[in-house]
Amino acid sequence: MLSFIGRSVVQKTITLFFVSIVSFLIIHLAPGSPSQVDPLNPKFTPEMVERFQKEFHLDKPLYVQYIYFYRDLFTGKTVSWKDNQSVLKKIWERFLNSLPLFVVGTLITWTLSFPVGIRSAIFRGGIYDRSATFISYVLISIPGFFFAYVLIILVVTYFHVPVIGMITFGIGDAPATYLFMDRIWHLLLPSMLGATGGIAVLSRYVRSQMLEVEGQDYIRTAKAKGLPPEQVHYKHALRNALLPFVTMFGLILPGLIGGSVIIESIFSWPGMGRMAYEAILARDYPVILTVNFVSAVLVLAGTFISDLLYLVVDPRIRL
Amino acid sequence: MVEKKLNNDFYIESPLPPKRTRMQEVRRLFGQNRLAILGLFIFILFFFCAVTGLFLTSGSRPVFDPAMVRLQEKLRPPLAKPNLDSLQPQEVPALGVYLMGTDDLGRDVFARMLQGAWVSLTVGFVAVGISVLIGIFMGGIAGYFGQHHIRTDQVLFTFALILGTGLVIANFTFIGTVFLLLCLAYIFYSLFARHGSTEKETPALKAMFHSNAVSIDTLIMRIVDIMLCFPSFFLILTVVALLPASIYNIMIVIGLTSWMGTTRFVRAEFLSLREQDFVAAAKALGLSNFRIIFRHIMPNAIAPVLVSATIGIASAILTEAGLSFLGFGVPPPHATWGNILSNGKNFIFDAPWLTFIPGIAILIVVLSFNLFGEGLRDVMNPKLRERH
Repeated sequence: MLSFIGRSVVQKTITLFFVSIVSFLIIHLAPGSPSQVDPLNPKFTPEMVERFQKEFHLDKPLYVQYIYFYRDLFTGKTVSWKDNQSVLKKIWERFLNSLPLFVVGTLITWTLSFPVGIRSAIFRGGIYDRSATFISYVLISIPGFFFAYVLIILVVTYFHVPVIGMITFGIGDAPATYLFMDRIWHLLLPSMLGATGGIAVLSRYVRSQMLEVEGQDYIRTAKAKGLPPEQVHYKHALRNALLPFVTMFGLILPGLIGGSVIIESIFSWPGMGRMAYEAILARDYPVILTVNFVSAVLVLAGTFISDLLYLVVDPRIRL
Repeated sequence: MVEKKLNNDFYIESPLPPKRTRMQEVRRLFGQNRLAILGLFIFILFFFCAVTGLFLTSGSRPVFDPAMVRLQEKLRPPLAKPNLDSLQPQEVPALGVYLMGTDDLGRDVFARMLQGAWVSLTVGFVAVGISVLIGIFMGGIAGYFGQHHIRTDQVLFTFALILGTGLVIANFTFIGTVFLLLCLAYIFYSLFARHGSTEKETPALKAMFHSNAVSIDTLIMRIVDIMLCFPSFFLILTVVALLPASIYNIMIVIGLTSWMGTTRFVRAEFLSLREQDFVAAAKALGLSNFRIIFRHIMPNAIAPVLVSATIGIASAILTEAGLSFLGFGVPPPHATWGNILSNGKNFIFDAPWLTFIPGIAILIVVLSFNLFGEGLRDVMNPKLRERH
């Protein structure tokens, strides 16, 4: 166990090192340079470009820039090129905005897909199963931005509630319950959109896991004993089918920083995805690289946690 | 009498062939899956639309001109008749009706949709083509030659080569040239050493350089791990935003960021197929590795690749639509389904067709690829074959 932990920590550190190199190279070798962001701006004189380059070590060779950048990142001193604010602080603020979307979206995903998947598996081949299958394909295939507009049209025409942004602009000193409902309405659509793909994929996965278990001998034995169907399905089958899902808690970790670019742009939600998008447009390299690095760390940590959970949950696995 | 009957019962003239050939079995199973057939049908239809659309909307005098601006006819609903009094004869749409309405500049949405179909089709196929080629190449090498090791000196050689080239490019000509000369010396040394390597015991230094550093399999799978660490849409967005706007860049970038799944499939298939008897027989016959890989193993390993490619096309089309929606990709006068929708979003309440027509078109095409791919997976999966 300890050797497994040690080995994977070393392995993941090496992977992370290469990820940092590759992402640095991708960004810095792409055509164009950050000092040319706004060549038509009259305030952007050659002296300013030079000062800018000196300030951010852009006149140094690439490997020196690389070392400077990651030294700053680990000491928490990285600043955005655009507004000179600390990148980590910026990311943290945006992260707090994205967090409710992520939490509500994940809750919707997990609470909806389990009942749907289990029911599909129990009544396999029936009309419910077939329509659930078809709907999940539709949900996977629908472009998020199109679905967002369909939902906006529906909600705005039938419920007459505001949906764009995090809160209604200028709502000020409304009663607390009203403020609360306002937040909920603004949260609902983006988080539902974030959950659609997840619901479709996860419910299919739950269904196939349940089918796998329902075909086992001990389920037949349980049925033959004359146990009521609920007990067979929910006590014998479901408990065993849940095993792989425990490990999926690790895999949802990267979603924390993902924050869908498209959905946050449509709903003017000042979250992570939108910040990354703006950083890309402004060629704000420190922000792009930091987001990339943090998400790579989360991906690696997620796989690590899911491996560990597998070890804990499944006694058949020995390392 | 009894003996004769017994003889008849147990007498087998020739080994019985299976009742159905494999193709018939596949066709039968596929025929049962109505959704998959629907998907295939829509896919073929889409293909023809895209190809005819390319011919009808390109050229100097296209039948449907997607760039024809008629400001007096803007935001007409679908199936609206053009107002013939206010139009020049050459501005009248080819069918005498705006089949899918017009947009905010009075451009015919039907013509724009036809033009956009070709973009979606080519992006899907070229991007997946690139990713499948890389995936098969990497996965094939990892699966077939995976147990081979790369020697330390080879690692050092590659490292020195890259470092030298990088330094020369970065204007450190002297140090860079030294590294490149070292590489050249190594090449000459190994050429020379092959002729003269008769002595049995190797010196310790040489042994150290010749020790195994890392197996090819580990190397390739670590590269896959590294690529999987990048958030894919974000990476694609970054690269596309930094590169000049062009549809080919999008295809290449999507292709280069989505080969990891194929690599894993192909590697797994190769690992199991490599140990099979027919590969051993092929080796015993003295066939070259190239022939064994491409004529004997690949046809048996292609099924999961096809399935993942079909679904990959669906997701590539979605990614492209998302990128054009955000305003990256094909430069403006050219229409794609994503940028028709993106332009139409300002008029969702006044002109909902500008949102719904491209949105539903993307949905249907992507859905058809997904359904077809899943149907293919069910047909090719022997486990599911028994269950249903």
